[in-house]
Amino acid sequence: MAILEKRRLWLAALIAAAILFPLFVANGYYVHMMTISFIWMIAVYGLNLFAGYTGYLSLAHAGFFAIGAYALGILTVKAGWPFWLAFAAACLLTTLIGVFVGLVALRTKEHFFAIYTLCVGYIIYLIIDKWDSLTGGVRGFIGIPAPADIGPLSFQTPVAQYYLVLFFLLVVVWIMHRLVYSLTGRTYIAIRNSEELALTLGISTMKNKLASFVLSVFFTSLAGALYASFIRFLGPDIAYVSVMFDFLTYLLVGGIGTLAGPVVGTLLVTFLSQQLQFLQDYRMLIFGPVLTLLIIFYPHGIAGGIIRLKARRSEARRLQLEATQASAELAAASRQERSERYAKEG
Amino acid sequence: MELFIQQLLNGLTVGSVYSLVALGLTLVYGILHIPNFAHGALYMMGGYVTLMAMTKLGMPYGIAIVASMAAVGLLGVLMERLVFYPLRNAPPLHDKIAAIGILLFLEAFAQFVWGADYQTMPTPYGDVVTVFGFTLTIQRILIIASAVIIMILLYLFLKKTFIGASIIAMAQNREGANLVGINTNKVAMLTFFLSGSLAALAASLASPINLVFPGMGHLVILKAFVIIILGGMGSIPGAIVGGYILGFSESLGATYVSNDYKDIIAFAILVIILTVKPNGLFAKEGR
Repeated sequence: MAILEKRRLWLAALIAAAILFPLFVANGYYVHMMTISFIWMIAVYGLNLFAGYTGYLSLAHAGFFAIGAYALGILTVKAGWPFWLAFAAACLLTTLIGVFVGLVALRTKEHFFAIYTLCVGYIIYLIIDKWDSLTGGVRGFIGIPAPADIGPLSFQTPVAQYYLVLFFLLVVVWIMHRLVYSLTGRTYIAIRNSEELALTLGISTMKNKLASFVLSVFFTSLAGALYASFIRFLGPDIAYVSVMFDFLTYLLVGGIGTLAGPVVGTLLVTFLSQQLQFLQDYRMLIFGPVLTLLIIFYPHGIAGGIIRLKARRSEARRLQLEATQASAELAAASRQERSERYAKEG
Repeated sequence: MELFIQQLLNGLTVGSVYSLVALGLTLVYGILHIPNFAHGALYMMGGYVTLMAMTKLGMPYGIAIVASMAAVGLLGVLMERLVFYPLRNAPPLHDKIAAIGILLFLEAFAQFVWGADYQTMPTPYGDVVTVFGFTLTIQRILIIASAVIIMILLYLFLKKTFIGASIIAMAQNREGANLVGINTNKVAMLTFFLSGSLAALAASLASPINLVFPGMGHLVILKAFVIIILGGMGSIPGAIVGGYILGFSESLGATYVSNDYKDIIAFAILVIILTVKPNGLFAKEGR
């Protein structure tokens, strides 16, 4: 139980650090960067749930991110809906689209699923790009309002928006935590490890995959809607493959299929990208090979690597303990034998 | 009617290019069972190498194409050795992610070295000829003719030569091929070489009509995936037929439906196919 206590302390310290961050870092740029990273993290948690825990690579998630973002923009600006109603509607609409895509896409497996979702993602991109009258096409979509006030809470300042996004992130992490350690989460992992075995055990794989997919789309659309209200400008390139690639990089660097992975990976990669800003368009020259090398030599990512290291260490400790116990028993036995012999000879 | 036939000719040209790209993709899929998302990047590199060989080194078009086929083929071999070979026992998720990594690297590389501009490739075959009352450029005839010749040569190579037969053997059963003494490593490298060369050829032929730019491989590779799903993953005749079906439906769709949305046609076809048959058309039964 000591491990659990320790983990809880760490978590509390991290949350406290996140809450105190804007108070100590007066630099508005860093607050902005952190807010954006939090938004990415929410989307990466969505991807992690499906790719990491359920074992299906969906390449349409950037598309769902964009649908969430554009739905919020269109509902607030063109339809004139109140912000929070539009916010909820944007997430629901994207999730609904996710249900339909999932129903069809999940009939396919492995490569077919990846290719299918890649095409779905591209269709979403093309529609956003070409449907000028609704989305503004390549010129982009501007004038999205900042989050509206809730009672006495106002979200007009960057710091207030930081806390809003942090709140959503914590909710997502909490849901993920509850889910992963529940029977449902175990079921997803069982599907990832062997779908046929899971099916044999009486798990309805289709139902579970769909639930996991839809929830993962929901998280991603939430991130999209937050993105729209925070950046307040949208271009079709947020639906593009490169955004998908960013999500994947964050997830893999942090550790696919781990709870801490999305946070660790997103923070590290966005921080590094800031350092490499002089490269701008060419940053893929570094991140492309990094991703490929990572998947060859270190596929568990940072969080996954630490978990494995810990597991190995505790295993080693257990073995050592057993060994010392065994040798102690052996020594005791031989001592007893000797004393018996002396007694006989004596 | 004249418009219709003109569009059929267009479809034949576009379909030839698609078929060549899809052939490379389906060969690799047949051997290694990985969807090579980086194949589009090979296509793009093919376009650039030909263009650079012509403009910077002053090679004639034909020789530049051969040089480009060799260079991109070797790039494919390098990819197999450095990335896909180490990943041969990894979960399937890993190959796909690694391929996406290569794709983005090569694109950034092209943009870094040759710039993001759209470039035109000069061709000595730009003249217009009139055949049976239809006008078309010699370049288009060249595309169709060379695609057909390459397809026949590839078919003969796979069916009539020993090395070709070993590729097919490996596609049928990797362990079995290994047991009868086929060096699967060499066959895998050869397949990647062929795949890269076919992509380079397709890009070099199509570039004088389209343009050369870092993102030129995106749509082509997605469509090639549609084609090999249409024709059956790993099937060579399927890739050829699928390529022409897609070429025709696109050129007719662009004329009679909407030019803006013609790129969606391919994906709509795919979505419909996979909705009805989740394992693709012509999926092998009993597996």
